[in-house]
Amino acid sequence: MSNGPNTLTMIAAIVAKDVRQRLRDGSLLVFGLLLPLGVAFFFNMLLGDDTSRQTGSEYVVVDSDAGSLGQEFVDAALRPLADDGVLELTTADTEDEARALVEDGGVDAAFLVPEDFTESLENGDDAVLTVVGDADAPVATHIAREIGRAFATEHLRIRLAVASGFDSEPSPEDAALLLEEAEAAEAPLVLSEDADLEWRELGNATYYSASMAFFFVFFAAMFSVTSIFDEKAGGTLARLLASPIPRGAILIAKLTSGLVIGLANMAVLAVATSVFFGADWGDPLGAGALILTGVTAVIGLTAAVASFARSSEQAANWLSVLAMLLGVFGGALFPISQLNGLAIVSYLTPHRWFLLGLGELSAGGLDVVLLPCAVLLALGLVGTTVALFRMGRMVNA
Amino acid sequence: MPILEVRGVSKRYGKNQAVDDVSFFIEEGETYGLLGPNGAGKSTTIGMITGILERDSGSITVDGIEHSVTNRKSKSLIGFVPQELALYHDLSARDNLRFFARLYGLSKSEARTKTEEVLETVGLSDRAGEAVSQFSGGMARRLNIGLGLLNSPRLLILDEPTVGVDPQSRNSILESVHTLTRGGVSVLYTTHYMEEAERLCDRVGIIEAGKIRAEGTQRELVSQVGEDDTVLITLDAPGERVLDVLRALEPIDEVSSEGTQVRLLTSNARDALPLILDTLTRAGAGIRSVEVQEPDLEAVFLSLTGKGLRE
Repeated sequence: MSNGPNTLTMIAAIVAKDVRQRLRDGSLLVFGLLLPLGVAFFFNMLLGDDTSRQTGSEYVVVDSDAGSLGQEFVDAALRPLADDGVLELTTADTEDEARALVEDGGVDAAFLVPEDFTESLENGDDAVLTVVGDADAPVATHIAREIGRAFATEHLRIRLAVASGFDSEPSPEDAALLLEEAEAAEAPLVLSEDADLEWRELGNATYYSASMAFFFVFFAAMFSVTSIFDEKAGGTLARLLASPIPRGAILIAKLTSGLVIGLANMAVLAVATSVFFGADWGDPLGAGALILTGVTAVIGLTAAVASFARSSEQAANWLSVLAMLLGVFGGALFPISQLNGLAIVSYLTPHRWFLLGLGELSAGGLDVVLLPCAVLLALGLVGTTVALFRMGRMVNA
Repeated sequence: MPILEVRGVSKRYGKNQAVDDVSFFIEEGETYGLLGPNGAGKSTTIGMITGILERDSGSITVDGIEHSVTNRKSKSLIGFVPQELALYHDLSARDNLRFFARLYGLSKSEARTKTEEVLETVGLSDRAGEAVSQFSGGMARRLNIGLGLLNSPRLLILDEPTVGVDPQSRNSILESVHTLTRGGVSVLYTTHYMEEAERLCDRVGIIEAGKIRAEGTQRELVSQVGEDDTVLITLDAPGERVLDVLRALEPIDEVSSEGTQVRLLTSNARDALPLILDTLTRAGAGIRSVEVQEPDLEAVFLSLTGKGLRE
């Protein structure tokens, strides 16, 4: 032994051994490549791809309003979205005609602007903007509902401003000023400002490629963490403990092998989905930062949960449940907006922050990924700290 | 200076005192057997000596270095062969060896060289590239031992290496250990097979219920419990005169006969045998066969603990 035992060399040896084992047992191929690519391909085929996830959603609008607000809804809210290719818009003359189109599947949803829409709003009364959706197009229907709600909310804000700013009927000058303020206000319907809909800025291919890659990286990384229990059951942990490697280094090596496998996995999927599905992961630097911090979060969380398990099987079961729950609540399996009141929970999941970061990245600029990266890194550090604190329980014979 | 010195080591699991104030030492080049039944505390003692388990009290030194679970220097001096097959079954024998060689601080080239050397030693060179899962039980056992030799240890610890092994492989393993000890490696060998301890060990410690009950060479242990050797001699015609001649011999404690067989009890049959045979020849007694039965460790264990090794 010309060179004394070097901890980094030992960690590298364990990582290399773990990766070699993972490559041989086939789990990496299944969970790291075949499943994420397969599911992403399935969703991509099912939903098609375009510049945005709701592209292809077709809407019809019936403007029966005699006033200006109905026209404003069509021209200022719907038409710009159609012009941007976000949705396809047609008009119908009657509500019955629109409903028939929805029922026949000709469109995904219909907006019905009633006759007294402007009048009701101006009088401070409730105005009903009806959305008729195709039951087979829940996402498109939900989007339609959100568009309508955003428009209504914006007008309520203006109305409240009028009500709170003036005790009596405003003078013509004040009214003109108010009109100016209203016109200067933010455009009422900007999807990217709707917190629940940020992910929609990703195209189908990108969204499902990224969400499936991130969803399955949990499973790919899981085996590295649970391999500590396998080493214990197989007796090799005793041999590791008898060797001159520090105990902490064994756990760090396991986490590192999970990190290496996760990163390689995500990198391969990013390239593969870009080439085969046309996914756009955005700026490579930003996407790389998100992948690095995202996989760090995955490893930290899986290690923390596994540290409470007593066996490989128990750890694998718990981590599978964790992966599913985080996938569901993080928007990896279906849109977060469908969680309704539980959508806030999504912010506790790394999936949400990962997809949010990719969505932000698609809008341009690298600085936009700083917050998602910071949150993901924090999740990873917290999880790793928990695992290290419980190391004595995990790394013993 | 002993290569291993264990002083007053204890380990408790909850209410169970697994190891209780155990002390012994192993000299350079010596093979020491820790003999005891299952659950006697052998593996826990080994766990503390290998640095896998923390001890509650006592001290352990390896080649004069205070040993602990965190002392990497003392750990580097020990080769460990656990009871179970601690192998990566999906990797090849060569990959297993190279991996653990790296954990003991060997450089890549050193690891390669040492791996081939160990493969040769354990007779697996021609199967080195095969996954361990393809190996027979005996081959896997040999590799298990080989992994303990990678760091050219000053002290080799074998924890019941023949458990569950067929007789042929067992014999091969014992031969391998014997070869190593001839090469000067100090060995700590645990077993509950009395024959293995008798065959391999220079000294034996008998452990039971976490305590060392007795220690020494086989002869010392036997003498501690006062057991005599037995010499069985079959004669053509054992007459009373011949028996009287034998009774008159100083080393003989007791003489009895049954048919043509004479049974002698003596404290040291090996020393007394030439005198016995010479006396019988001069007395004109025709000797058909001679058998010497020395009291074994099983008898010692039974005497010390009141139960057998495999109970």
